[in-house]
Amino acid sequence: MTAVVIDGVWKFYGDFPALKDISFNVDGGACLALLGRNGAGKTTLLRMLAGLSKAAKGNISILGGDARAEKTRARIGVLGHGIGVYEELSAFENLRLFARLYGIENPRQVAMEWLERTGLERVSDGLVREFSRGMRQRLAVARAFLHNPSLLLLDEPFTALDDRAIAVLQGLLKGALAEGRTIIMSTHQLREALELATDVALINRGQLAFRGERSREMLEDPGWLYRHYGEA
Amino acid sequence: MRLKIMLVLAVLSGVILAWNLHTMFLRVPDELNQGAIFRIIYFHVPSAITSFTGFFFAMFASVAYLASKNLRFDAIAASINEVSLAFATITLITGSLWGRIAWGIWWTWDARLTSYFVCWLLYVGYLMLRRAIDDPTTRARLCAVLSIFACADIVIVWKSIEWFRTQHPGPVLSIRNGGGMAPGMEAPIWWNLLALLMLSAVLIMMRTRQDAMQREIESLRRYAHAF
Amino acid sequence: MSFLQQALAIAGKDLRSEVRSKETVNASLSFALVILLLFSFAFDPGSEETHEIAGGLLWLVFAFAGTLILNRSFARELVNDCLDALISSPASGAQLFLGKCLANYVLLMIVECVCLPIFVIFYDARWPRQGWLLFVVMLLGTWGITVIGTLFSAMTVNLRLRELMLPTLIYPMLIPALMGAIQLSTVLMAGEPLGADNLIWFKLLVGFDLIFTILAVALVEIVLVG
Repeated sequence: MTAVVIDGVWKFYGDFPALKDISFNVDGGACLALLGRNGAGKTTLLRMLAGLSKAAKGNISILGGDARAEKTRARIGVLGHGIGVYEELSAFENLRLFARLYGIENPRQVAMEWLERTGLERVSDGLVREFSRGMRQRLAVARAFLHNPSLLLLDEPFTALDDRAIAVLQGLLKGALAEGRTIIMSTHQLREALELATDVALINRGQLAFRGERSREMLEDPGWLYRHYGEA
Repeated sequence: MRLKIMLVLAVLSGVILAWNLHTMFLRVPDELNQGAIFRIIYFHVPSAITSFTGFFFAMFASVAYLASKNLRFDAIAASINEVSLAFATITLITGSLWGRIAWGIWWTWDARLTSYFVCWLLYVGYLMLRRAIDDPTTRARLCAVLSIFACADIVIVWKSIEWFRTQHPGPVLSIRNGGGMAPGMEAPIWWNLLALLMLSAVLIMMRTRQDAMQREIESLRRYAHAF
Repeated sequence: MSFLQQALAIAGKDLRSEVRSKETVNASLSFALVILLLFSFAFDPGSEETHEIAGGLLWLVFAFAGTLILNRSFARELVNDCLDALISSPASGAQLFLGKCLANYVLLMIVECVCLPIFVIFYDARWPRQGWLLFVVMLLGTWGITVIGTLFSAMTVNLRLRELMLPTLIYPMLIPALMGAIQLSTVLMAGEPLGADNLIWFKLLVGFDLIFTILAVALVEIVLVG
């Protein structure tokens, strides 16, 4: 079952193409590592998948539906650069808000459950502005996962995580993959990402330079892909 | 082809304006109460009509952009608004001069002038928004929405200021002051209107072309930076 | 979750945030008081002329102070990329917009209800005989300001000169609503009953509110996403 179909997608900045004719699929249950240098177009592509912007040309189909459709968005979890939680609300209030927005039946219960899973139950009533960086990151992960998304979109998720947060996130991602969820993750942290990845795509200057399965060589030598398919 | 159209329109408009100048100064007699300054009406009124209708055409171009996502429509909308602002400024200045010389006041807050000033402010707002956004696609999108709002607003503003000022009547500057214009004297207004509309078309076409070239330069710069 | 419930969740979030920090309402109220003070230098409080323009002064204070609240509306979502989190959620642009409108409306009404008695005291104005009608005018006029202001807050959220652009764009747009509100308020504060010829201003306010609410809800998705 194909989870994501990207077909002939273009994105322009005025007349300059930021993304040129990107086409590839991601199967259900796969974990795709989206690689590329800064400015290559990874974030642009992820934002389109998350429904935050629209393609100028081409089609994106997610879980059989349009990226902006309400039913589709309810099944997508997004973890971007920002943590996406409110400073003035408590951890519990934040999760309860997003549980409501994602149409969950019993928002309070699910919010508490996820606070426990991310080790934040003791600070559930603490305001986010008092949290340490690691705690915020764990809360962000809880927000992205709490509605049991079928597709997870992660933009450089391991960047600046402390070791505890990395462990939590890797555990959650492995668990998600075991449950058959799909993950698309853009990253510079090649080691952590390639350990989890089943598939790899490399974007170079707005174009798809490589799309295939994650091989042993890539895992053993993370720079292999850039050397063979990226530009010098 | 495009250049030929522009040339023809420019020449025609020039001819009409020149001919009208001849008519205005040599054929039309001085108006009874106002004297020579009365002739300014032949530029003031066509300017006003030209700029006021700009809103509506810009709105159509904006809707066309939102429907098609073709940046050319955005360029057209922006050009219409720029040219309309220029004519709106001319209208306000010629009106002010006329008012000063004919009635002794530079400005008054009657229905027409107030609505017109709001119109001018909305144009300025649109152009300010354009300058504040760098990304051409975002700029086109947001300015299109603003254009639609401005058009809806100008209709409401016009009607409501009319109601407002009838409650507090002030001096009404009307082109029909003194009881109507003689038929022979009205014709130059409409001819000038035609000329100004053609001139606007030429200016809009020039501006649209400039915009397209600007976009091309920007994208070439991006290519250059990327390599 | 119904349409309304999600919009209310967003409104509740904004209000809860504001109750905790109180930064926007405080700034808005302080600004309103400063304007009232400045007006007292420009216009002789207590004179007959000032009573005649009382409605106008009142709504100018509301409009200026309100801009601070409206500016913050979408700007507060930029922290931690919360705006992206909201847009990528199943909540539609319309729900997001209406939720924020409701929250802004409540905050604006609070500021106005605090300013009104202060205005009456400072300017020795008469308390309108038909106070409830004045309240209705405030409800209608404030909704107009809120709808336009919230949409333009969304539009200008990512601009460098956000604080400058918002007032420049919304004040010309708001003129019909302000005119209607000012007319009605002046009559009411002079203690006179609203006659039939003032009905037209109510119609204007209601029409303005309806037209721009519909237009805003229709176009907000384009503004937020594209």
